[in-house]
Amino acid sequence: MDDVRFSVDLVADVVQMWSQPFMVNAFRAGTIVAVLSALTGWLVVLRRQTFVAHTLSAVGFPGAAGATLLGAGALTGYFGFCLAAAVVIALLGGRGAGRHGHESALVGTVQGFLLACGFLFVALYKGFLNGTSALLFGSFLGITGGQVTVLAVLAVLVLALLAVAGRPLLFASTDAETARVAGVPVRALDLGFLLVLGATVAAVASITGALLVFALLVLPAATAHRITARPARGLALSVLFGLVAVWSALTATYYSPYPLGFWLTSIAFAGFVTAAGGRAGLDRRHRGGRLVTVFPRDGLPGSRRTAP
Amino acid sequence: MSALATMFSHAYLREAFLAGTFVALAAGLVGYLLVLRAQVFTADALSHVSFTGAFAALALGLDLRVGLFATTVLVGLGMAAAGRRAKPDDVVIGGAFAWVLGLGVLLLTLYTTRRSAGNGAASVTVLFGSVFGIGHGRAVAAAAIGLGVCLLLAIVARPLIFASLDETVAAVRGVPVRLLGFGFLALTAVAAAEATQVVGSLLILGLVAAPAGAAARLVGNPYRALPLSGALAVLSVWAGLTIAYLVPVLPPSFAILAVATGLLVAALLTGRLRRRSRRRSLAPGTDRVPAVRGG
Amino acid sequence: MTADPAAHFGRLPATVIEVRDAAVELGGRRVWHDVRVDVAAGEFAAILGPNGVGKSTLLKAMLGLQPLAAGQIRVLATSPARARRAIGYLPQRRSFDASTRIRGVDLIRLGVDGHRWGLPLPGRPARQRKQRIAELVELVGAGRYAHRPVGTLSGGEQQRILIAQALARRPRILLLDEPLDSLDLPNQAAIAALVGRIGRDQGVAVVMVAHDVNPIVAHLDRVVYLGPAGSVVGAPEQVLDSASLTALYGTPVEVLRTAGGRTVVVGVPDSPVGHDHQPVGG
Repeated sequence: MDDVRFSVDLVADVVQMWSQPFMVNAFRAGTIVAVLSALTGWLVVLRRQTFVAHTLSAVGFPGAAGATLLGAGALTGYFGFCLAAAVVIALLGGRGAGRHGHESALVGTVQGFLLACGFLFVALYKGFLNGTSALLFGSFLGITGGQVTVLAVLAVLVLALLAVAGRPLLFASTDAETARVAGVPVRALDLGFLLVLGATVAAVASITGALLVFALLVLPAATAHRITARPARGLALSVLFGLVAVWSALTATYYSPYPLGFWLTSIAFAGFVTAAGGRAGLDRRHRGGRLVTVFPRDGLPGSRRTAP
Repeated sequence: MSALATMFSHAYLREAFLAGTFVALAAGLVGYLLVLRAQVFTADALSHVSFTGAFAALALGLDLRVGLFATTVLVGLGMAAAGRRAKPDDVVIGGAFAWVLGLGVLLLTLYTTRRSAGNGAASVTVLFGSVFGIGHGRAVAAAAIGLGVCLLLAIVARPLIFASLDETVAAVRGVPVRLLGFGFLALTAVAAAEATQVVGSLLILGLVAAPAGAAARLVGNPYRALPLSGALAVLSVWAGLTIAYLVPVLPPSFAILAVATGLLVAALLTGRLRRRSRRRSLAPGTDRVPAVRGG
Repeated sequence: MTADPAAHFGRLPATVIEVRDAAVELGGRRVWHDVRVDVAAGEFAAILGPNGVGKSTLLKAMLGLQPLAAGQIRVLATSPARARRAIGYLPQRRSFDASTRIRGVDLIRLGVDGHRWGLPLPGRPARQRKQRIAELVELVGAGRYAHRPVGTLSGGEQQRILIAQALARRPRILLLDEPLDSLDLPNQAAIAALVGRIGRDQGVAVVMVAHDVNPIVAHLDRVVYLGPAGSVVGAPEQVLDSASLTALYGTPVEVLRTAGGRTVVVGVPDSPVGHDHQPVGG
């Protein structure tokens, strides 16, 4: 890897990069994961479940470490633990998990304890210290064709589910009470979405590592939310940003001595900051300077916004 | 039993208990206020930032603690300034936190390539703590800073609780709400940097959230729940360190977190039992309505 | 007096909601009992009363979301749960958070087809849906701001969007839970007039939970007053009278009629009856 140089000829660069089978697999897996996480992430941001997403990703670490300890492979561990944790969170806290102080204490404790379990597994599996970093912060080396197939099957499954349940899910996410009266099975959708989220987080974690899932799951989606309020366009933009982030991060990692986690988070966060800054500027220009106090839906008084 | 009797003859255990006690007390007190203010996510982000701070210091060849305290306090104040009324948005916190963690990975790479020696252990130490190797000087410093955080919190606790429960009313009554928000996040940042040295940056959240969650379930009165939360955190650390000493295969951070989680689960169960018995004692038609909390 | 009512009205309005001797218990406490109300198509009824007497609970009972301890509620001659598809419902809420980045038209659209599974297909249904959304935006007069993110709209604008959403499936009944709460006076009057007009023009029965009767009194056909001491149901001019309200609240309440024929209720305590209410400040 030390002898490769990024040249001005982009085509030659890409051809050179893709001559390595591990890079091809990394791009395939990255593309699948980017699409999947962008769509799920858009709903996560809408539903304000970022904290739950974060917890699920932390759960992936003991899962992967435990599975490695048992010799079952990290991907199995990611999926097993993330899906199990999604069910537990759904049963314990339901939709609001993380929104209120007491519930977030519960979710936070679960998260801390699971990371501690991961640490225990790592300590038990003595020769594993260097692998820890890959489980936590991601690695694009050594993604096998079999893993790519697993990810592809999962992505097709999740996309089909989202296509079927998309509209009722959107309804339940914006306005649960009205949706229930209109005949939408809100509770079942909440549980179903948490399962989809668990599966997505597991898929993302296999690329970004357990701790950097946020970069791919939430940031492209949040960027899209800042740019447009239209659902269809938002989803499309979210996918676009996810793909750009993954592709450019993989390329940058290949041609530089710095790790994937750094590039991915930096690119995704830079996009988000640009969009958020642009949105704030636009909003300020559109409205007068009048501040009003509103009561946001989490019931905490005192947040402020500018009146239209 | 004999192992327990000779426990404190080991210097490393005495140091671990000294540092652990005050760090836990600070984490428990800060944690309860975080739960009350619904800012647990902020503490989570801060704890992860401490990882990057530690590696920034290591990569620059400085004392690890300099990096810890400097970055957590700076990021804490930055988040307070960025958020509306010192209560930042979830996506902003999460995004910034992921990016800072990404920087940490970069610094880790720089540090490892520069020292070119097997430094996988350094990352594990920062991430998951190593209180048994804390050393005398660091233990005393950690205890002193922990005590300082507790004293400062004791001073501002009352207006802070008022501001947390009803910000607008508190502001009208002359409580400097915004200043308290800043100050509290700064104290949280110091407590997070402290706790990193005991349980490691990834596990801080457990030590901060679990005792606080348990205290909040057990006691409604915030003035009683606050010290209870601190006491439960200290209890977790004492029990955890003892267990880790008796069962050497368990890392101390894991044992501490396991005890803290156990306490929260016990508190949840007693709360549920109490509610059920109260409901049964209520005959239908009486005027009292049982206070049903949470969903 | 013996005349056939049908002959008198020309056509007897169809009763869409029948509440018969209904009672509800919450946590072992009976919140209200022996409530009897009929609401006919096109009528505008208000559920009034102090905080904590179970106004929203009555609305939930009409939706079949709150089981009754006694009595019966029939909606459109069937059970409330079965009639729910023909009800437009506006739950009690505070406003949407400023960071909610979904447009007003998207919310309205969810009212039209948000309960359907699968992807929306292009073609005739899509065109009909688009037209329906445009009609709804027009109906509530939200054309100016329906394409803006709902989090950036004012309380009154959000309320209009939500009313349009509730009307999306051409309901025969509209149940509104405190839609005037936290609006300023001109917006309260405007929303009340809007709801009254929609009810009359489209033959929709409207039941609105309200805290304050004054903004809606001109549009009302029927009033349900829930009080801690019991409930009173009737036409506004019967119920809104000083003697009966004073008896209901247990504190002096005056009903004034202005020269222009408007009714104003004065002295209704805002605090929950039965609690000590200490005035704050001067």
